Amino acid sequence: MPADGSTMVLPPDFLLEFKGINTYYGDLHALKNVNYEIVRGEIVCLLGGNACGKSTTMKTIMGVVRPATGTVIFDGKPIETLPTSERVRRGIAPVLEARRLFPRMSVYENLEMGAYTQKRGPQFNEDLERVYSLFPRVKERRAQLAGTLSGGEQQMVAIGRALMARPRLICMDEPSMGLSPLYVEQVFDIIQEINRQGTTIFMVEQNASMALSIAHRAYVLQTGMVVLSGTAAELRENEDIKQAYLGEMQVDATAKMSAA
Amino acid sequence: MTTGDLFLQQLINGLSLGSMYALLALGFTLVYGIMELINFSHFNVFMVGAMIAMLTLQWGFGLYGQDVVLTGLPLILSLGTAMLLSMVLCGGIGVSIERFLLRPLRQVKGPAAMITTIGVSYVLFNVILLTIGSDSKNFPNPLAPIAFHIGGAVLRLKEILIWVISLVLMGGLTYFVQYTKIGRAMRATAQDPEAARMMGVEVDRVVMMSFFLGSALAGACGMVFGLYYNLAKVDIGFAAGLRAFTAAVLGGIGNVPGAMLGGVLIGLIESLSGQVIGTAWSDVVIFGLLVLVLVFRPAGLLGRIAPNKS
Repeated sequence: MPADGSTMVLPPDFLLEFKGINTYYGDLHALKNVNYEIVRGEIVCLLGGNACGKSTTMKTIMGVVRPATGTVIFDGKPIETLPTSERVRRGIAPVLEARRLFPRMSVYENLEMGAYTQKRGPQFNEDLERVYSLFPRVKERRAQLAGTLSGGEQQMVAIGRALMARPRLICMDEPSMGLSPLYVEQVFDIIQEINRQGTTIFMVEQNASMALSIAHRAYVLQTGMVVLSGTAAELRENEDIKQAYLGEMQVDATAKMSAA
Repeated sequence: MTTGDLFLQQLINGLSLGSMYALLALGFTLVYGIMELINFSHFNVFMVGAMIAMLTLQWGFGLYGQDVVLTGLPLILSLGTAMLLSMVLCGGIGVSIERFLLRPLRQVKGPAAMITTIGVSYVLFNVILLTIGSDSKNFPNPLAPIAFHIGGAVLRLKEILIWVISLVLMGGLTYFVQYTKIGRAMRATAQDPEAARMMGVEVDRVVMMSFFLGSALAGACGMVFGLYYNLAKVDIGFAAGLRAFTAAVLGGIGNVPGAMLGGVLIGLIESLSGQVIGTAWSDVVIFGLLVLVLVFRPAGLLGRIAPNKS
C-alpha cells in the first residue's frame, strides 16, 4: 500500500466487457448502449423481464447476433467480428435456453459435441471424468438418447456439455427454466461449485432470488437498457428489485391468471 | 420358368435397381437433413457421373463396348479408377454448386435456393448435350459375362459387383456419419443447427461435406448404372433421380438408413410390379405409393414429424 494510505489502483481483470453495444433486429432496438464488465472468477447474473434483451445479450456474446456498434472484449481482445466457432475455441461455452441437447444422440455423444473444438486425448478424458464426478447421474445415463432424459437430467448434460469445451466463461440462459424445485437447487449448487473450480459465469435467470443468492454481482435490463447494477447483496436489498423480481412475482402471476 | 423362378429373378433385379436408388437417395437425404433443401441438381450430377466413368474407361483404358474382357488387376484398376474419378469429380461439382450458387442464397427465404438447383440441373444437362450428344452411348463393361443359374433365375457377375459396391459405400457412409467427428457434427446440425453452431461447429463445412458426400455417391451410382444397363445417356438423370427422390421420401427424408431402405424398397416394387402388373405400370405404382405415403405417413417409414422450426 502506498505511503499516503490510498490503495493502489490495479487495472481490473475483466474477462468479458461490453462497451457501448447497440444491437438491432430490423427496426427493433434490442440492446441500447449496453455496458457490462465481468471480472474473472465472478458469477454475474442478468435480471429482467420478457423481451428486455437478455437473450440478445447471450446471442451477442456467442456471435449469433452481431452488434451494430460497440465492442465485445473477451480476455483483452475484441471478439465482436469473430465467428461463433472461434469464440468457443477461445473459451466461451453456452448453456442454452431450454437446454437444446441433441435429442437423437446419446448423452456421451452430446458431451463429445461439447468438446468439438478440443483435441482428443488425455485432456478429453480428464474433462469427461470431471463431468462424471460432478454429475454421477450423467455417467449412469451416458449411453441413453439425450431426448429421453428428464428435464433435470438434461440440464445436467447441458452443463456438462459446456464444461467439455474447457471454457473460461460459461454463458447460461435460464438454467432453472422448467425444472422442479429440487433440481433448481441442485443446479444452482453445481453452478457455484463450477465457479469455485475457476470458471467465470454469466447467467440470465428469471428466478431472481435464487440467482442473487449465488451471484457476486448483477445487472438489471429493461427494454434493452441497463437500468441498475451492483453487488448481489445490494440488489437483494433494493426496494425496486424486491418489488419487481423478488416475491412480488407470484402476486403478478396470480393477478394475470385471475384476469385471464 | 416357374413362378418361383420369376419371383427370384425379379428379386435379383429389384435389389440391383434398389441399390442404385439407395445410393442416389442418400444424396437427397444428406442435403435435406442439413439444410432442408431439395437439391434437384442431384439428378444430373448423377448423369454427369455416368459420363465421367464412361469417358475414363474409354480414354483412360481404351475400353469400348462389352467385347474386351479384363480380369485381375487390370479389371480392378479400370473400374476402380473410373469410379474414383467419377466420385471425386462429382463431389467437386456438388461442392462448387453449394459454394458458389447456394451459399450466397443461404439467408434468402423462400424457394430461391431450390429453384437454383433446378436451374443448375438444366445447365448440367445442356453441357453434356452439347459436348457428348443426345444419343445413347455404349457404356464399356470389361466384366466377364459370367452368370450363375439359381433354379431358373440368372444372377450375373455384374449384379454381384453392384451389390458389393453399394454395400461398401453405404457401410462407409454409415461409419462416417456415426463415428467421425465431422459426421457427428453433421448429425448434430441436422438435429439442431443453432445449438451445433454454439458448440463450435462450422456450419459451412458441414453443409459442404453433405454436398460432397451426396454428390460423390451420385458419381459412383452413375458408374454402377452404366455397368448395369450398358448405356449412358444425357436423359438418364430424370427417371432414376425421381425414383431415388421418391425413395428418400418413402424412407423419411433426412434419415440416412431411411434412404437406404426406401431405395431398396422402390427397386423391389419396380421390378415386382413390373412382373405382376406390367412394366408400363411401374411408374404408376411407384408414384401412387409416394402419394399414399405422403397421405398416411408424411414423415416416411423411418422419419419423424419434425416440429416446425421458426
